[in-house]
Amino acid sequence: MTRFSAWSVFRNGLSGQSGWTRQWRDPEPKKQYDIVIVGGGLHGLATAYYLAKNHGLKNIAILEKGWLGGGNAGRNTTIVRSNYFMPGNRQFYEHSLELWENLSHELNYNVMFSQRSHISLLHSPGAIDGAARRYNTMRLTGTPDAEIWDLEKLKQNVPHLNYGPDCRFPILGAAVQKRAGTARHDAVAWGYARAADALGVDIIQNCEVTSTSRSGNSITSLTTSRGEISAKKVGFAVAGNTSRLWQMAGFNTLPIESHKLQAFVSEPLKPLLDQVVVFGVGGAHFYISQSDKGGMVFGGDLDWYKSYAQRGNLPIVQDVAECAVSILPCLGRVRLLRHWSGVMDMSMDGAPFICKTPLDNLYLNAGWNYGGFKASPASGWYFADLIANDRPHETIENFNLDRFAQGVSLDERGAGPDPKLHG
Amino acid sequence: MIRINCPFCGERDHSDFTYGGDGSIVYPELDAPAEEWVEAIFQRENIRGVQTETWHHVSGCRQWLVVERDTMTHEIHSIKAAHEGVAKVLEAGK
Repeated sequence: MTRFSAWSVFRNGLSGQSGWTRQWRDPEPKKQYDIVIVGGGLHGLATAYYLAKNHGLKNIAILEKGWLGGGNAGRNTTIVRSNYFMPGNRQFYEHSLELWENLSHELNYNVMFSQRSHISLLHSPGAIDGAARRYNTMRLTGTPDAEIWDLEKLKQNVPHLNYGPDCRFPILGAAVQKRAGTARHDAVAWGYARAADALGVDIIQNCEVTSTSRSGNSITSLTTSRGEISAKKVGFAVAGNTSRLWQMAGFNTLPIESHKLQAFVSEPLKPLLDQVVVFGVGGAHFYISQSDKGGMVFGGDLDWYKSYAQRGNLPIVQDVAECAVSILPCLGRVRLLRHWSGVMDMSMDGAPFICKTPLDNLYLNAGWNYGGFKASPASGWYFADLIANDRPHETIENFNLDRFAQGVSLDERGAGPDPKLHG
Repeated sequence: MIRINCPFCGERDHSDFTYGGDGSIVYPELDAPAEEWVEAIFQRENIRGVQTETWHHVSGCRQWLVVERDTMTHEIHSIKAAHEGVAKVLEAGK
């Protein structure tokens, strides 16, 4: 593997770009591994990387049923932030943001992390008070970049929002996290894959797990579309399809429903929006940023019914378009280029699971709701820590399956046990 | 768009309705052990395939319906009123 540097770019520029090598190997699966991670998305790739990097472990494989970055890694709006309120969530997402800040350097791969600010619009005195409580809590617990902006400051920074006095929800201010931003989703998958491969991890694509074999209280092997693979430890990181894999492992139910979430990108425009802007009031839920290619990347609510289909419905397209023109009327005649839909693990409280399971050597990483992209570095970091040490780190103590029975759910939104409401 | 054939109103767009969730849940007795309530409220089979679910015709007759729908293809296999007595009356009137 060629290490990227200014010199390597320069040298290959002079030699017709002929000096580049494969970014990662395409190995045949071995019969036996110490650790098998099922799911080659951002979370699985990050987990394998940190298992090798932080814990010095060898003989690790990632099994991916399709291709790298083909699932939800490529079906998101690439927003990274850590403006969480509840204990546990707060530390976890802040740790994730710190990992993001050094990720390009760490992986020697440009993930194009752009800390362009995350601006949540506020529309009532009550919303401003609520945001002040949340953002003050962040400031007091190690997230120094949380700010509340008044209308004047917001207008100076984002001049073309709909500030009209006749709009349905007049803007009064904004809650801002300045270190938040966006990253290039494919580059995150490729960067982790390349770095994990360099540390000896076998990344096996087109390898779907179809059943598991158990002996006593352990999984002994996985039957896959590329043969039988035995493993000493197994980690599941297949958000969207967690329930199916869970049932292959011999269990029945989980506090998870699969729902689909759409996202959209417009035709490329000249620079228009320097920040991530979020509009959420009344029935509206909308978030938008502009990619480096100029496309407006945006999304809204779930499709409102349970589904495993990776395609969205039209009422939500209309709903999101209405949000777009109500907050950024200048987008009225912009054309959509593409839209897509990903299948989310929506959990019963909107918070994830990184935990041990009833089986001794099976570990679960699931339930990422809307928040999987920004969480991926910390998700991998803590999941690797869990698998290597066989105990949850204190930060993720509550990210377990028992929290509902214990009455300590992590319901950031206060929406109750209805998965579709945890947007 | 899913088209749902409401037994009271006829075929309508799914945006006329709200999704209620898993319709196969049977809630335990009020004095049942807490584990049974945890199971009913928080745990889901999360079927990929045909599942029983509830829909509320909120912009129409406001009746709750029990629907069998495929969560992969969105094809609807059966629809009936959620209230068993009402469902029987409708069935008898056919």
